[in-house]
Parts: sequence; structure tokens; C-alpha cells
Amino acid sequence: MIGMIVAITARDLKLAMRRQADIVSVLFFFIIVASLFPLGIGPEPQLLKKLAPGVLWVGALLATMLSLPRLFADDYRDGTLEQLVLAPQPLGLTVIGKVIAHWLVSGLPLALLAPVLGIQFDLEMDALFILTVSLLIGTPALSGIGAIGAALTLGLRGGGVLVSLLVLPLYIPVLIFGAGAVDATVTGMGAEAHLSILGALAIAGVFFAPWATAAALRISLE
Amino acid sequence: MNNRLINWFKYASPQSFYPLAGKMIPWFVALATVFGLAGLWLGMVVAPTDFQQGEGYRIIFIHVPASWMSMFIYLVMAFWAALGLAYNTRLSGMMAQALAPTGALMAFLSLWTGALWGKPMWGTWWVWDARLTSELILLFLYIGFIALQASIDDPRRADKAGAVLALVGVVNIPIIYFSVKWWNTLHQGSSVSLTKSPSMAILMLWAMLLMALSFWMYSIAVALYRARTIMLERERGTEWVREVLQQEGAK
Amino acid sequence: MSIHWNSFGEFLAMGGYGLYVWGSFGITAAIMFMEPIIAVRNRKNLVARLKRQARAERNKEQ
Repeated sequence: MIGMIVAITARDLKLAMRRQADIVSVLFFFIIVASLFPLGIGPEPQLLKKLAPGVLWVGALLATMLSLPRLFADDYRDGTLEQLVLAPQPLGLTVIGKVIAHWLVSGLPLALLAPVLGIQFDLEMDALFILTVSLLIGTPALSGIGAIGAALTLGLRGGGVLVSLLVLPLYIPVLIFGAGAVDATVTGMGAEAHLSILGALAIAGVFFAPWATAAALRISLE
Repeated sequence: MNNRLINWFKYASPQSFYPLAGKMIPWFVALATVFGLAGLWLGMVVAPTDFQQGEGYRIIFIHVPASWMSMFIYLVMAFWAALGLAYNTRLSGMMAQALAPTGALMAFLSLWTGALWGKPMWGTWWVWDARLTSELILLFLYIGFIALQASIDDPRRADKAGAVLALVGVVNIPIIYFSVKWWNTLHQGSSVSLTKSPSMAILMLWAMLLMALSFWMYSIAVALYRARTIMLERERGTEWVREVLQQEGAK
Repeated sequence: MSIHWNSFGEFLAMGGYGLYVWGSFGITAAIMFMEPIIAVRNRKNLVARLKRQARAERNKEQ
């Protein structure tokens, strides 16, 4: 079972590595969005420090969302997806593998990039650390929940905008606890409670949401 | 032996549900009107002033029913969705599709009345209060459902995709509500609430219940009407739709 | 069950909350008026369209 998940993840990673421009453009989107906020709001460090957790988290959320359509689109176009659906292995496990691969090329680099952007917002060391940790824990949930939206809108016109309509409301709990964890650190309260709930959301997103995604894929391919 | 079961499934086909719904709609309209008039009379004419919120509290008589209906309709939609996925019945998807616009309008009404209540009570049109925020997210969920169904041309796929989305939404609603509540208490939300009138007299409660019943009956009537239209559209070309069309012409 | 208001003007004023109360009830009434009208119009349009299609098919057969 685990072997199969690993095989799917490795395959998707190999494919993603052939299209590194996609990964890089998502990261640049994140950087640009985060840099626009100080230009729009003004350079006062106090204000920026207050806004940083929310801005960086919303930026990561949008960047993840932008990368969602390509989760299934390539496999859908060349017919691989159809074979994966017809394969004897449970489709849910396949989706888990693909979600992990998606996280490795979107959520993980975003989380590692976030502290650099956090410095622009004058965040302290401990806040930068919690920002990275919260993104590391929270972004898997984003990939998992987002996969449902990507599967539902497979092959539809205007799929990209539609995905955001479907998925963004479902991202709200992750946003609240993710940005909340950083905010709690900035204001001197502990972030443990936030982080543990975020962990629960991530587990649900990676291990339960894929079964809904599998159902959605079957419907889209009918 | 299985007569009762068979009878039920008989109405699960659009062909036999169509005339039944047609017969039921006038009754629901009548009930909505009667309950509505009674509720308005009690709530707007008879009920006394609230000592804390003055006459402004009377918005409650539409705010609370609209909020209840917006949540209830989502649950009913998810119920039909689950039924449609489990038994593959044609009717379920049509019902879910027919319910969504009314649910979205109820969510909108709940937000609108909440804002109009908030202005005199909190001094601003909008407060990020846990209930209002959750209601806003519920409206987003409705819009997502409607947009997804609208962009899928094949009705069978639209039904099933909508069903998955509605079920995912229904699992998420408690999580969203809990997280918004947590977020709100951390940021010290407003403590005055429209629904927490301390002096909720029996009379006001009755008025609110009557209004809620009226909204409920109204929603059923509109949804059934819309469902009938959807049935005609999807089953066009079948014998029974041809007969219905001929009867329409005779009138 | 006595009537709470002394005059119609008082009823309209709603103790100074008239704008908010009637703003809420007005939009609700407007929506509950418009939604059925739109539903009826959609159905009429559909019936007319289906009839046109049926007629066109009959003409083709002849």
C-alpha cells in the first residue's frame, strides 16, 4: 500500500521536475503578492508586523490554489488518469500519492521561502520559525482539500476561476489556525493549540479528502 | 409485501413526481401566506418593545428565519445529494439543483438583515461576528455549488459533481463554524447579539416560529416549482413531457 | 393580544429604527416577490422553447 503511494509520488515528482518553470512561477507569484502589500499599505514596521501572518498565509493559500489545476490536468489530457481510475488499486491511494507529490513541489518550497519574506515584514526570529512550521503543517491540508476542487472541475471551461470559488471557502479553517499560530507567537501567547489543530486538519486533508477526490475523479471521467 | 416501498420509488421518477409537485405547490403557498400573515401580525403589530434594543429588534423576525433556512436548505441539499449518489435516482439531483438558489437568497437575506441590525446596535454595517462570518462563508459555499453546476453541460455529471461538493461542504460546515468562533473569541468579538435578546417573551418566540414556518413553506414551494421546470428541461423528448406540453397549450 | 401601536405613523417610524426595520422587511419582500416571478418566467420561456422545437420536428417529418 505504502509502496504504491511512494511509486505514484515518485512518478509525479519526476514529471514535475521536467516542468520546473511551473514550480518556479508559483513561487514567484508568492513573492510578488507578498511584496505588493507593503507597497499598497505603507512601510510602517509596526503595521507590517501586525499584518504579516495574514498576508503571508493568504499569499501561500493563493499560490497553492494557482498550482491546483495541473494536479490532474496533464494526466487527464494524455489518458493516464483514465488508466489509473480503471486500475485494480484503490483510487484513493493513488490520489494520496499525487497529493503528497503536489505538496512537495508547492507547499514545501512555499514554506521554506516564507521566512525570507517574513524578514521583509520585520518578523522576529520565533515568529519566523512558527511561520515556517505552520506552513509546513498546514499546506498539506491545502493540497488535499484543493485536490477535490481540481478533480471536480477537470476538463471544464473556466476551470481555474471555478476552482478558487469551490476551494477558497474550504480553506478558511486552515487560514485561521495557520495565521493564528504566527499571530499568537507575535503577541506572546503559545502557538501549540493552533499548531495541533492545524495538524489534525492536515491529517484529514491528506488521508480523508483523497477519497472524496477519488469519487470526484470517477464522476469527471464518466 | 413491498407495496409501500414500491409506491415510494414510484414518486422518485420525474414523470410521476411532476404532477404530484404541481398539486402540492398551491398548498405550500397557502401555508406560507397564512403563517406569514400570522407571524407578521404577532411580531410587527402585537409584540411589545424590547427594553434593550427598542423597536430595532423586530428585524429578528426575518433575520433568524432566514439564517435557519439558509442552513437547513444546505442540509436538505446534502441529503438529496447523498441519496442521489447512493441510489442513482434522477430526481435527487434535480431537487438539489432546485434548492440551491433559494438557499443562497436566504443566506443573503440573513447577511443583509444582520447588517441593517448591526448599524444601529454596533454602530457599523458589518462586524466580523462569528455568526455573520459563518453565514458569509455559507453564502460562498452556495455560490460555489451553483457555479460548479452551471459550468457542467452534462446534467448527470453536474448532479454528481454538485453532490460531492455539497457533501464535502456539509462535513466542513461544523469545522468552519468552530474555527470562526475560535478566531472570534481570540479577537474579542462583539458580545451583543441579535439572537440573544434577554427578554425574549413567549409572544416574540411564537412570532419568530411562525415566520420560520412561513419561510420554510415558501422555500418548499419555490424549490418544487423550480424542480418542475428542471424536470421538463431534462426530460424533453420523452412522451410524458410531450403530453405536458400539449396540456399547457390547451390552457 | 392588544395592538402595540397608537398610530400608523408610529408604526412606520419604529421608534427611530424605521430605516433599518423597513429596509430589512422591504428587501425580504422584494426577494420573495421577485424569486417566484423569475421562476415562473423561466418556466414559461422553457415551455415556449420546447413547443417550438416540437413544432420544428413535426414540420421536418412532413
